[in-house]
Amino acid sequence: MKILVKGGQVVDPSQGINEIRTLYIEDGKIKSYPRGTKELEKDPSIKVIDASGKIVSPGFIDLHVHLREPGFEHKETIRTGCMAAAAGGFTSVVCMPNTNPVNDNASVTEYILLKARTAGIVNVFPVGAITKGLKGEELSEIGEMWEAGCIAISDDGRPVMNSRVMRHAMEYAKAFGLPVISHAEDLNLSSGGVMNDGFTSTMLGLRGIPNASEEVMVARDITLAELTKTHLHIAHVSTAGAVRLIKDAKKRGVKVTAEATPHHFTLTDKSVLSYDTNAKVNPPIRSKEDMEGIREGIREGVIDIIATDHAPHTEDEKKVEFDLAPFGISGLETALPLALKLVEDGVLTLTELIRKLTINPAQIIKSDRGTVKLGAPADVVIFDPNKVIKVDRDKFRSKGKNTPFHGWQLSGQVLYTIVGGHIVFPT
Amino acid sequence: MVFEQKHILGLEELSSDEIRLILDTAESMKEVSERDVKKVPALKGVTVVNLFFEPSTRTRASFEIAEKRLSADVLNFTPTESSVVKGETLLDTARNLEAMGASVIVIRHAMSGAPWLLSRELSSSIVNAGDGFHEHPSQALLDLFTVREVKKEISGLKIVIVGDVSHSRVARSNIWGFIKLGAEVRVVGPPTMIPRDIEKVDVRVYYDIEDALEGVDVVMMLRLQKERQESGLLPSLREYSRFYGLTRERLRLAKEDVIVMHPGPINRGVELSSEVADDVHSVILDQVSNGIAVRMAMLYLVASSGGNA
Amino acid sequence: MKSKVIMDSETITRALSRIAHEILERNKGAKELRIIGIRRRGIHLARRLVDKIQELEGIKPPLGTLDITLYRDDFRRRSDWPSVQKTEIPFSVEDKNVILVDDVLYTGRTTRAAIEAIMDYGRPASIQLAVLVDRGGHRELPIQADYVGIKVTTIRTQKVDVLIKELDGRDEAIVIQLESPDISG
Repeated sequence: MKILVKGGQVVDPSQGINEIRTLYIEDGKIKSYPRGTKELEKDPSIKVIDASGKIVSPGFIDLHVHLREPGFEHKETIRTGCMAAAAGGFTSVVCMPNTNPVNDNASVTEYILLKARTAGIVNVFPVGAITKGLKGEELSEIGEMWEAGCIAISDDGRPVMNSRVMRHAMEYAKAFGLPVISHAEDLNLSSGGVMNDGFTSTMLGLRGIPNASEEVMVARDITLAELTKTHLHIAHVSTAGAVRLIKDAKKRGVKVTAEATPHHFTLTDKSVLSYDTNAKVNPPIRSKEDMEGIREGIREGVIDIIATDHAPHTEDEKKVEFDLAPFGISGLETALPLALKLVEDGVLTLTELIRKLTINPAQIIKSDRGTVKLGAPADVVIFDPNKVIKVDRDKFRSKGKNTPFHGWQLSGQVLYTIVGGHIVFPT
Repeated sequence: MVFEQKHILGLEELSSDEIRLILDTAESMKEVSERDVKKVPALKGVTVVNLFFEPSTRTRASFEIAEKRLSADVLNFTPTESSVVKGETLLDTARNLEAMGASVIVIRHAMSGAPWLLSRELSSSIVNAGDGFHEHPSQALLDLFTVREVKKEISGLKIVIVGDVSHSRVARSNIWGFIKLGAEVRVVGPPTMIPRDIEKVDVRVYYDIEDALEGVDVVMMLRLQKERQESGLLPSLREYSRFYGLTRERLRLAKEDVIVMHPGPINRGVELSSEVADDVHSVILDQVSNGIAVRMAMLYLVASSGGNA
Repeated sequence: MKSKVIMDSETITRALSRIAHEILERNKGAKELRIIGIRRRGIHLARRLVDKIQELEGIKPPLGTLDITLYRDDFRRRSDWPSVQKTEIPFSVEDKNVILVDDVLYTGRTTRAAIEAIMDYGRPASIQLAVLVDRGGHRELPIQADYVGIKVTTIRTQKVDVLIKELDGRDEAIVIQLESPDISG
């Protein structure tokens, strides 16, 4: 497929480009930036997209999604998850290993990659489990999973509580150049908590998860990263204190990166008032001070990337007592408009935002994507940042309709998502 | 004034006028309870289900009597005999009861917010009979009723709530109720049992019971669950009783006409010394009989509310 | 809204005085009498009857007040529900002659509710009904008044209001023309 993306505002932080430019895509690659397009437009085999007035960016990379397959196909499949990603402007997703069976060996990794290729929608990069069965005890076969295609290791959804195991995992991962993604939570401090520990949890009579539960583990993992000199990536930062710890570590030169999710930089724990299970997520949505701390971390660059922690669940699973509902928010299809609020609120420029959605995540997983430089894989998203939309969960491609943003009026609409030179959205 | 609430989920959601209306209505209901024929036809033809997921003989019995005095058709549904054991969800269970004609569902549940779930998904009126650590509105309303009966006016009173506030739905409901009616509310207990940021609702927090008792009109003791010791919030019941137990000497710090309340059942020698337990027993029995009148008022008002017409 | 005065202060006083005489005559004195006013205006009329009877007989019959809200049969059919007020009957009705007092008798439903309520307090020898105004022609139940101040014939789109000095500042009974039929029962 040949595509001419004409006249759009190309924003590519990897090359420092922010100007009106035309992209020509052929053979799945960015072929050229043609000046005159008259000749090309005459060629009927070329699909011409008029992007004037729109933003053309490298396709977004989401470093944190749960595709649920294998094992939880009622919540999401690799296919529906990839469709949701494409609708959200993501051309690559990094999927977490807490499936059933757990992605703790090469055969599961291969299964996921096969399914992703069959779906043929967006690029899927699996994360291997740190420990067998996510039990936090024995290391999984990290080398073989790396060979099979895993780009990082994590026990996401659960922390590795045993510090010695975490230390060895970080040391071992270094042999394959894999980053270690930390789900930072001290389970003893969370102790059955279901929401942020604070005034709102007191009023609702729900067990709280204190900020310290995250911060204790962020501090530990930073210390271990210093010890092992391994690349540590902190998933879904939710507290202002964690931002401070990461900032200090970065200042000292520790190889640590961090992500924040749209729900953590948009909402406060008041969103669970009236026991809305669609806002039940782990780590929990925190106080206003924490939300502001995360925004400050994003502004200062302490937070390197924006990731969704897309965690789809069925409606039946969420329509239960708050304590019984599973944690998670379906995030792929609301990420861009929520992230654009950061631009609207003056936290980031559009270029900085796109950097956190493209080249920064690409660098963490050492991918050649996240850029539209000549010869790169043609992963491109075209969006209108000003188009006002109303979030309608019933229109989600994801099976997970579990969003606290249903009915919200936001700006920003994805018009085209191109992966490897193919238009995958709209279908 | 007309009661506009379709449900009674907690005192947090009720205005002070609505709370007063419930208490005033309860006075009329108390008169019914004092007659020879303790029954009025007000809820004739209305089916009320008592859906109790936690064993609570007292509260359930009190609701059941209240319902029968209003001539409602009463169905008691407890999970041990139900399909909850077979893995049916709360919502499906409740929908089944609604399909059988229930128009008011009184629910007791171990998890905070369970009544909210029903109120959002069903068309029946939901009355919260206690949810998790969240609220226990009928208990707080009867406490307010009892205090108002003794002290005539709640505004200006000083109330101290003693004990495990963190894990107490009775405490939360009472805090809202007494604050809304203009009382000064204090809480006292070991810091491991005082919930985060509680002072943000204009409650004074104390860790020393003697400071907290100074000049109060009402002492409300909470029941201490013995498993709190195992979860590491307390070193021992003995130590708790030494530092937070109510004794006659300590009670002298309060106003002379202080009343002591307890939602029952009492752990003698733990939260109350034996002699104080005997002294306060009469108020506790008052609380029990007032409980029926208050619950009659709650049921009558939700069943006849603007939200149901 | 057009209205017409059907009783003024003087006719009301005279009517109550006559009713007091009739009650005493029919019940052979005041000894076994128990007077119960129906909330709200019936209470004040009942109190005046009690005073009048005391003036005539030297015996003050015990006075009770009755709120019939919990006995109404149109429960859940109206949204402007009056709040429940206290019923105070500080005596036994057992084997007594109970005089129910209300301002207006219209459909008879209030009286039915009041009778049912009284029966919950015991078994009186008799229940008799005294009203200031009897609106004929609209009865929905086989109920009639034993003592009547004035009988008027009205149509559905009219309403009868009794004003009472204690509540309204003056004594008056008026017929008001309404836009839609009177459903006050």
